Amino acid sequence: MAQVTLRRLVKEYEGGVQAVKGIDLEIADHEFVVLVGPSGCGKSTTLRMIAGLEDITGGEISIGGTVVNDIPPRDRDIAMVFQNYALYPHMTVFDNMAFGLTLRKFRKDEIQRRVMEAARILDITQLLDRKPKALSGGQRQRVAMGRAIVRDPKVFLFDEPLSNLDAKLRVQMRTEIKKVHQTVRTTTVYVTHDQVEAMTLADRVVVMNGGIIEQVGPPQELYHRPATRFVAGFIGSPAMNFIPARIEPASGALNLRLPGDILLPIPAERSDRYRAQGGREVLFGIRPEHLTETRQGRATYADLEVVPEVIEPMGMETLVHFHMDGTRDLCARLDPTIPAAPGQPLRLTADLANMHLLDPQSGRVL
Amino acid sequence: MASDATIAHAAPVIAPRATPPTTLQKMARRRSTIAFLLTLPLLAVIGGLVAWPAAYAIYLSTLNRRMTAFIGLENYAILLENDTFRMVIWQSCFFAITAVILKALIGFWLAHMLHHIPSKGQRVWRGMLLVPWVIPPALSTLGWWWMFEPSYSSINWLLAIFSVPPVPWLGEMWWARISVIIVNVWYGAPFFMIMYLAALKSVPDQLYEAADIDGATGWQRLRYVTLPMMRNIISITVLFSLIVTFANYDIVRVLTNGGPRDLTHVFASYAFQVGVLSGNIPRGAAVSLFMFPLLAVIAFFVLRGINERTKEIGA
Repeated sequence: MAQVTLRRLVKEYEGGVQAVKGIDLEIADHEFVVLVGPSGCGKSTTLRMIAGLEDITGGEISIGGTVVNDIPPRDRDIAMVFQNYALYPHMTVFDNMAFGLTLRKFRKDEIQRRVMEAARILDITQLLDRKPKALSGGQRQRVAMGRAIVRDPKVFLFDEPLSNLDAKLRVQMRTEIKKVHQTVRTTTVYVTHDQVEAMTLADRVVVMNGGIIEQVGPPQELYHRPATRFVAGFIGSPAMNFIPARIEPASGALNLRLPGDILLPIPAERSDRYRAQGGREVLFGIRPEHLTETRQGRATYADLEVVPEVIEPMGMETLVHFHMDGTRDLCARLDPTIPAAPGQPLRLTADLANMHLLDPQSGRVL
Repeated sequence: MASDATIAHAAPVIAPRATPPTTLQKMARRRSTIAFLLTLPLLAVIGGLVAWPAAYAIYLSTLNRRMTAFIGLENYAILLENDTFRMVIWQSCFFAITAVILKALIGFWLAHMLHHIPSKGQRVWRGMLLVPWVIPPALSTLGWWWMFEPSYSSINWLLAIFSVPPVPWLGEMWWARISVIIVNVWYGAPFFMIMYLAALKSVPDQLYEAADIDGATGWQRLRYVTLPMMRNIISITVLFSLIVTFANYDIVRVLTNGGPRDLTHVFASYAFQVGVLSGNIPRGAAVSLFMFPLLAVIAFFVLRGINERTKEIGA
């Protein structure tokens, strides 16, 4: 078990392209940290640098207090689960799991004990004699995890391990990974582009974009208090709505003027925070679940009328897509019993207690 | 609307009665028949250029010298009692096995070197290293003959610079055998190289990365990842090369012509000497067919192994 520290970590490829631009990150012992972000954001490169599979251009990586910049992967005491499993096709499941221990010259009975224990945890005991080709995607992923578990390493690294699985199996394996972590408590760094995976698995989520870290925090914090427009838009599905607006002072209070002359009163408890921004153009951010059917009786709710373009009944909820002047697709989340039809005006309520106001230039949340 | 549709569907439809296809038409439409017809040209080529000459050679080997009487396996029995032929068996096996092992090792080493140089430089080196395989062997062997020939030997001239006494490359039994092997390895190693290079490129990088993380050293990566992943291609190239090297003719013919004292003959050159130069076609056929059963058995087991591994690992 160990903590992982990244200090001013840089990865620059030939031609001067910087994939990782000097990031700092502290991962505590036993912690499950998920690096999440779109393709090309540098998350996999960061993971591979921690693994030692990529050279570091600048900065420092330490595992368990030891700087590992120049230590080869085999001596870093890490285990990695790859996106396409990377199981040795010519070895049985048992041999795949035992390989790392055999190379490290463990005694045969110890290898047997560890493999059987990992197989029991992952429920793959009956597969130990098979070759990877005879396994399903989910089974292969379990074997890949088993190969990591038997080593009892300081750190587990997962590189988009569920990307090759179908949606149903992905949900199942997500639970398995969480269970395994709760059992073995090994420090884990997990890379994914799927924010649902990140939110459900992580103790802390690291949102990366363009080679930098946008925000680090527990999933709920990222969801409720995003620091930037990127994080606000990336975390949550469907994504947060962004509407250009202006903060307007109005006899001691503040209003938000939205396109179409819609005027929303900023709740009194948030007014002080935005008072200095009076008259300023901002982005009004609100999640679809905070833009719902009309409800009465709460001071922080404000109504607005929209014309739905597309209705998506999801069973437990209905998504209503519409747009306002100067905006692209906006989305509201309605109770499925609410009648809504494309083209027919619909009255929605915005829960302004959960709104976000952002600086349109810097993208920072105000 | 819905009821209209129901009524329309319920109306009886009287289709014109089609004439049932004849047996010949049915047969022509069968997928197996079409497949057979499409492979017929290939079957004709294999039959005409492989099966028929092989069968005819087997038939010839059972005839007497004048090809007037059937003598069964007598040609083979006579050959086995012949000292020169026993030496040819030994020399052919020594030549083929040594040459194939050396070609495989050198080919693998070259492929490994090429695989680890940047792709731009790799193309140039790959092209240059393939040159021996592209030159017609009779022509390149002539060049080697010049280099080995005692009067003009450039190799001996180079050795002399380092004060090494001249080597009778083609005049002494073991040196002649070694010379024949050197030329065969020089000619054949690029084939192994290109096959192994393709195989190396097909090993997923992530297996090496997984092995690195599992704690493998460079040698262990080779031993536990590269070689097992290349087993099929190694098997098929060794088998193919073994068959071709056993049947090698031109290098021995040009370089030593079987000499000195018939000590460097292999099956093909000896078959030519017995069958064509000495005019005993049936015995020459028997010489050329001698290794066929053994090679067929080896080929059977190697190909079965490849098939099983392919099924098992999907490689």
